[in-house]
Amino acid sequence: MSKDALKGPLPVILALPVLALLQVTLQDHDFLIYLTSLVGVNVILAVSLNIVNGMTGQFSIGHAGFMAVGAYSGGKLSLEMKDYALSFLPHVVSDQISFMLAILVGGAAAALCGFIVGLPSLRLKGDYLAIVTLGFGEIIRVIVQNTEAFGRALGLSGIPQSSSLAMILFWVFLTLLVAKRIADSSHGRSLWAIREDEIAAEAMGVNTTGYKVRAFVISAFFAGVAGVLFAHFVPIINPGSFTFVKSMEVVVMIVAGGLGSTTGSVVAAVFLTLLPEGLRSAFSRLDDPSLAQKVDQIRMPIYGLLLVAIMLLRPQGIFGTHEIWDRWKKKPKGAT
Amino acid sequence: MSGPAVLGERTPRDPLLEVKDLQVAYGAITALRGISLSLGQGEVVALIGANGAGKTSTLRAISGMLRPKAGKITLRGQDITGKKAHTLLPLGMAHAPEGRGIFLNLSVEENLQLGAYLRKDTDGIQSDLEQSFGFFPVLKDRLQQLAGTLSGGEQQMLAISRALMSRPSLLLLDEPSLGLAPQIIEKIFGILRDINQKGVSILLVEQNAHLALNLAHYGYVLETGEIAMTGPGKTLLASEEVKKAYLGE
Repeated sequence: MSKDALKGPLPVILALPVLALLQVTLQDHDFLIYLTSLVGVNVILAVSLNIVNGMTGQFSIGHAGFMAVGAYSGGKLSLEMKDYALSFLPHVVSDQISFMLAILVGGAAAALCGFIVGLPSLRLKGDYLAIVTLGFGEIIRVIVQNTEAFGRALGLSGIPQSSSLAMILFWVFLTLLVAKRIADSSHGRSLWAIREDEIAAEAMGVNTTGYKVRAFVISAFFAGVAGVLFAHFVPIINPGSFTFVKSMEVVVMIVAGGLGSTTGSVVAAVFLTLLPEGLRSAFSRLDDPSLAQKVDQIRMPIYGLLLVAIMLLRPQGIFGTHEIWDRWKKKPKGAT
Repeated sequence: MSGPAVLGERTPRDPLLEVKDLQVAYGAITALRGISLSLGQGEVVALIGANGAGKTSTLRAISGMLRPKAGKITLRGQDITGKKAHTLLPLGMAHAPEGRGIFLNLSVEENLQLGAYLRKDTDGIQSDLEQSFGFFPVLKDRLQQLAGTLSGGEQQMLAISRALMSRPSLLLLDEPSLGLAPQIIEKIFGILRDINQKGVSILLVEQNAHLALNLAHYGYVLETGEIAMTGPGKTLLASEEVKKAYLGE
């Protein structure tokens, strides 16, 4: 077997024992697991949005919409399948198989929406695309809010809590792997060309619409997956979890991390997810612990200030367009 | 609508590009009202005219960046009307867009490699790279520099070299003289002649009528979306109307 044949599955094979180990060590720390799961979901969202907003330079601000599509379609599927099990398999395995199915269905549903929204709207540029994606996110939320099958404003409850830490981190890992592979491929270079100068990219023979739609669909798929994972570890999902604020949160993450940098997206997603928790424990040590209960409101101005500060001090984001793995990357062949 | 004034005789050549009754509109605004032009194998054709005459629209419609409202465009007899840019490049048509459109944040070398985006033959790419350095030696010295740090003239050289990297038989150039010093322009036009002598046909859009018509075998004068006059480059250059309108004599 050649070296190249191993290159594909090797990172996955290496990652699995690490994930299993994490799962076992954290088993008894419920809050830690919850927090890590939340971080994981946000990392998937940020890294996938970065494929569109960062690598391709198309400004989409409706990521929560795709997440909602995934969460509701996957969640609904799991609710329906709750009472069925594959009889020839132990319960745990059967549950995980139906969970995997829900993840793929949720991802596919979001990807389909991405295609339907992306194909006409990716001809738009800049602000106009932002408005369309924003509109899409709101439309999804309003549809869900008014559909009996999705529990209207009350949302869906009773979705089996099948998200294990290992499963979430596995998908985080998969998202990172896909993002990195895209960035390193000729596909990624086409996206960069579009980001840098769309007309020039077109003149070079890049199928700009095709690549933009593909990036959008891939990004939507992972947002959908994040939604399914999210729906399977929080006790209840309702339209309130997928508002414009959620979309903005993800945008803040990638802008703060550096548009186009996967490393930046991860770091910012981890930091901004843990920030409210940090604030909460800091405030509860103060004389007036009532502040701790208001963290959810306080964090928004903090996000805003953070963004202003970053734009003033480091407009390209924390990492710019650099990646942590650039450091040990070999020089490409032929470079002098 | 009376047809354009035709001056002089055209040297017959095998047709490469043929444009018939091309119309382009931006919403309600008509940019081209049905223009026809042709370009032969190995020919340099110049399209001159004032601002807003429709020069760039013509070029963009030919290279597939704009969808024409009506009309027909054929390349080597093949109908390419309304085809997207990325499908035209493999047919041998490269476009160096207006304002150079190079990737400022990429190095000179990366820009050139992007020009060969659709090609797979590494050896051919390397030899074409060498050829570009022959035309523009300064690019070889600047290979690792970011394209954004090049001077305007060097950027234009890079844009032309990059378009040549797809090994086109037809090169579309949009205002290569834009914003450049006269000396640099002259140098670039000299090299365009060399490039043409290597067998590349050139469709040149220019405001600098004098230089363009001097280089071109044949020329078209565009006026508000219509072709007002055509003729061999030197003949147009000598005609009273062109002198008065475009050369300020």
